[in-house]
Amino acid sequence: MKIVDLPADDLQVVNIGLESFAQDLRDQGVVVVQLDWRPPAGGNARMAALLASLEDDDDDEAS
Amino acid sequence: MPLKTQVMVSFYQDSVILMRVAAQLRTLPDVREVAMFMGTPANHALLEQVGLATDTGRQAGPNDLIITVDANDDGVAADAIAAARTQLLETRKAREESSEFRPRSLESALQAMPGASLVSLSIPGPYVKDEALSALRHNRHLFIFSDNVPVEDEVQIKREAQRRGLLCMGPDQGTAYLGGKGLGFANVVKRGRVGCVAASGTGLQAVVSRLDALGEGVSHAIGVGGRDLSEAVGGLMALQALDALAADRETQAIVLISKPPHPSVLARVIDKMATIAKPIVVCCIGAAPGAAAANRLVWVETLDQAADAVVALLAGRTWQAARFSDGKQLAAQWARLDKPEAFAGRQILGLYTGGTLAYETGHLLQQALGADHPHRILDLGDDEYTIGRPHPMIDPRVRTEMIVKAGGDAAVGVMLLDLVLGLGANENPAESLVSAVHEARRIAADNGGRIAFLASILGTAGDPQGLESQTAQLHEAGIHLFATNADAARCAAMLVKPQLQAAWMNRECP
Repeated sequence: MKIVDLPADDLQVVNIGLESFAQDLRDQGVVVVQLDWRPPAGGNARMAALLASLEDDDDDEAS
Repeated sequence: MPLKTQVMVSFYQDSVILMRVAAQLRTLPDVREVAMFMGTPANHALLEQVGLATDTGRQAGPNDLIITVDANDDGVAADAIAAARTQLLETRKAREESSEFRPRSLESALQAMPGASLVSLSIPGPYVKDEALSALRHNRHLFIFSDNVPVEDEVQIKREAQRRGLLCMGPDQGTAYLGGKGLGFANVVKRGRVGCVAASGTGLQAVVSRLDALGEGVSHAIGVGGRDLSEAVGGLMALQALDALAADRETQAIVLISKPPHPSVLARVIDKMATIAKPIVVCCIGAAPGAAAANRLVWVETLDQAADAVVALLAGRTWQAARFSDGKQLAAQWARLDKPEAFAGRQILGLYTGGTLAYETGHLLQQALGADHPHRILDLGDDEYTIGRPHPMIDPRVRTEMIVKAGGDAAVGVMLLDLVLGLGANENPAESLVSAVHEARRIAADNGGRIAFLASILGTAGDPQGLESQTAQLHEAGIHLFATNADAARCAAMLVKPQLQAAWMNRECP
């Protein structure tokens, strides 16, 4: 098991969801990018699962 | 008068924004109720349940916004819907015109901010897995506030996080701190030497807030989600978090906070703790103390004791449990109670926004009054009350309605309440609580009854709501305030069973 490297002083966050959380982080001096999120594939669960499985194949970043 | 509904197609909005707009519309004259929900299956079920489902609304998909208004006439309802549309469209326009970059995908967000180390998720539960796995593939830690995430998704996400040496804080994790920054519902606390591992949101808030009041600070507080220590999840993240805090130079002592873990998981956690050369306090409320692995491990029963014990250990002192967190304050509040003997044998109703506070109260009442006591302690942040709506710490309506309703319940003699402050929480929670208490008190008096309201405030001097002004509002409303939730719960037990008061207070209160 790898030991987690805890973020120290330079926390930067991508916020997906409640916008109020992004503002709370900014108020603490954290740099935040808020995603313009909406349910994938227009909320069609089967289509979203298909898209996600395609992503599995092509977006793995090297550790 | 039928309900009026309009659907805004492909118009996704988060539940907090919808709550704010709906709350404004409810204040319009002749508007009885307003429902603003995305058309997810869970929200459709909720609308059916509360009688606000309509044929138009049933057509909406998860990306479509349903606005349903119940008003005295059609014109009022149509005006309210028009007002909602205008407000939402204006908000969207302002957002589009602002210079803030709002990417549509995680990939473009990370291109814009390659230094991001954490992805925070607060989207509906069924969508969490795909976004979480995508964040892990990009080697980012996760904070998952969302609830209603299937447990098999949680296991899959956490196994992947563990494999990559990353944190998965959640799902259903209300609070965490990394490098002194609070995530989710976080109280404003000092940075310091205490590291926490918490399978609990408000439990963690209670501990760090008390640490702050005692002058001690937090290094990191790794929330792992309420199910992490279950048999199904097996403590995957708690074990990972203990290793991380053991290796962290800023962390000099560790606190574990949870409800009772599954025995097999607890055994693994204790084994892990035995390998850590730092003082550790274990607060698994309701769990029987396990082996004290070496002398570094201290078991406590309540959240406030967890903070008190770790402060003592850091100071090199031995910690000893006391009956009350603040016996002096408890005695003062007891003295303020009018005819306390009148509450003997009455029912206690606990209406909590903090789940672990509710659990702590349930545990303490069971200890004091026996397992089959008639009292009801409700966690209103539980999934069954939050589907489709914000947590009651953000939107207190579910609780205020229940407080008022309980005013008419002749069996209820004592109401136990929490008030949670901090980032993410309602901006003035005391206001709605106080007005509900006044209303419940009036209804009870009309029926010839009386209710004692006991509460504690979970907050710090740095919280944006203002600890002093929130305290003053509750105090002025005649709500009996205690230093900790545990003291409030014990006072409630003494009210309904006077023998306890004779046994506990005379000995332990000055």
